[in-house]
Amino acid sequence: MRPRLFFHLQLAFTLGVCAFLVVPVMLSVLAGLTENFFIGLRSGLTVRWLAQVWGLYAETVVLSLQIALWCLAVTLVLGLPAAYSLYRLGGRVARAIEETIVLPVAVPGLATALALIITYGGVKDFRASWVFILVGHVLYTLPFMVRSVMAVLYSINVAELEESAASLGAGFWRRLFTVVLPNCKPGILAGALMVVTLSVGEFNLTWMLHTPMTKTLPVGLADSYASMRLEVASAYTVVFFIMIVPLLIAMQMVSSQDRSRIKRRAPEDSGVPAVSGSKS
Amino acid sequence: MDQRDDYPRLFVLVLPLGIAFAAFFLVPMAQLAVVGATGEAGLSAYLSIINTPRHFESMVATLVLSAAVTVAALAISTVAGLFLVRNRFPGRETLIAVLTLPLAFPGVVIGFMMILLAGRQGLIGDITKALTGEKLVFAYSMGGLFLGYLYFSIPRVILTLMAAAEKLDPALEEAARSLGAPAWRVVLDVVLPALSPGLIASGGICFATSMGAFGTAFTLATNIDVLPMTIYTEFTLNANIVSAATLSIVLGLVTWVALFAARTFAGSSVAASG
Repeated sequence: MRPRLFFHLQLAFTLGVCAFLVVPVMLSVLAGLTENFFIGLRSGLTVRWLAQVWGLYAETVVLSLQIALWCLAVTLVLGLPAAYSLYRLGGRVARAIEETIVLPVAVPGLATALALIITYGGVKDFRASWVFILVGHVLYTLPFMVRSVMAVLYSINVAELEESAASLGAGFWRRLFTVVLPNCKPGILAGALMVVTLSVGEFNLTWMLHTPMTKTLPVGLADSYASMRLEVASAYTVVFFIMIVPLLIAMQMVSSQDRSRIKRRAPEDSGVPAVSGSKS
Repeated sequence: MDQRDDYPRLFVLVLPLGIAFAAFFLVPMAQLAVVGATGEAGLSAYLSIINTPRHFESMVATLVLSAAVTVAALAISTVAGLFLVRNRFPGRETLIAVLTLPLAFPGVVIGFMMILLAGRQGLIGDITKALTGEKLVFAYSMGGLFLGYLYFSIPRVILTLMAAAEKLDPALEEAARSLGAPAWRVVLDVVLPALSPGLIASGGICFATSMGAFGTAFTLATNIDVLPMTIYTEFTLNANIVSAATLSIVLGLVTWVALFAARTFAGSSVAASG
């Protein structure tokens, strides 16, 4: 009897924690769809607020997607070759480089943004363009791409595969494009989802780096929280959820696939745990 | 395949990242540190965190808040995380998905959700008013900040803790139990020590994230100035770039040390901060 009671107590506690995380999300969905949140559901459901948000803030959605996709492109171009290189170099130098590129994640976004403004704030065209925000996002998301690809390189032991390709006469670049790259796919997918998700939701850096002409979705959200009625702010939050929740679910699916794949291929711990994290 | 033959090519592959990173992070960061040291006060500007009462209070408030959030998040996540790792029941996967879903919610959104929960038109206010006649509103106080920080900490901590709990050896607990240890001693002497690397790692992440968090406090616009808010105010309202720079560097050091310590003691490398 007692173990059952203990089980139910823990279940109730866990459900309580889930409720704490879910109820506020439901509240904002509800508030975004009701005519008047103060009166409650009695006032009726409406998509009026959503329409108003779209009219006011559609540009922020477009800019956020634009920056996220560019961010993905840049982290791929810079991160993929670097991940392979660091994996092959190994040793202390590679560790030190890896530690260094993680710094923008370890240091608060506010500090990184201030540093960028102090150094490049004087270059007017650069400061005023959305590329300024992109630079911040790339710094922040790059380590996730690099580490996610490196984790796959370690877990499938690409060096061994390359060894066989080399013994068959394949040169460096040939091995890179026909052996290494195709095998990186799961890491690239996981890293790409992480990069896009983090970029779409990034606020701390972006708030400092944006201008009135370059507002992203989270910046627009902060605006609406400060100046719009509760229903409009909630509807805008719903728009944000519609963008971010599918990405988060895809990330969960990929990471659970990863776990089972790594378990199948390497029963021992691969030594490079997946990176998880985000900004608040 | 000789490793040394490939060195020049491997160097070329890592070079673009190195150049971009140096130009847009290392150089600006160095400049930030220099700007902080070249104001009227010189290097001693870095002591403002101790000398200036406003900065000192802000630092203490942020440290206390982050420590409290870390303790609470660890306690909650250990109970829920262990439960989810140990038991198999229908709906378990859904609960795990729900607990880790808010992982990438930005702080501003979490601040807004705390307003919906505990603000002037909030759910908690409605419930307490119906029950006691008093409307309980605490979103804009330390309580609101605490709850918001807890909100973004739980998913991170629970992910790390569940990964650590999956590696526990059930045979050890079995042995302790068969030797007659009561349940609370098994938890205290076997489970928690075995979990400690995971606890340290996730505690470090949680503490660093809370120290650097900006969005939640920004949305709640409380009168309690957490350090990132103080930095923001110094920079935008007071145009005091030296103060903003020194405080940023100090804050950056604190979060980096917390994460580095967590990684060193725990041997795992999950990093996150904002």
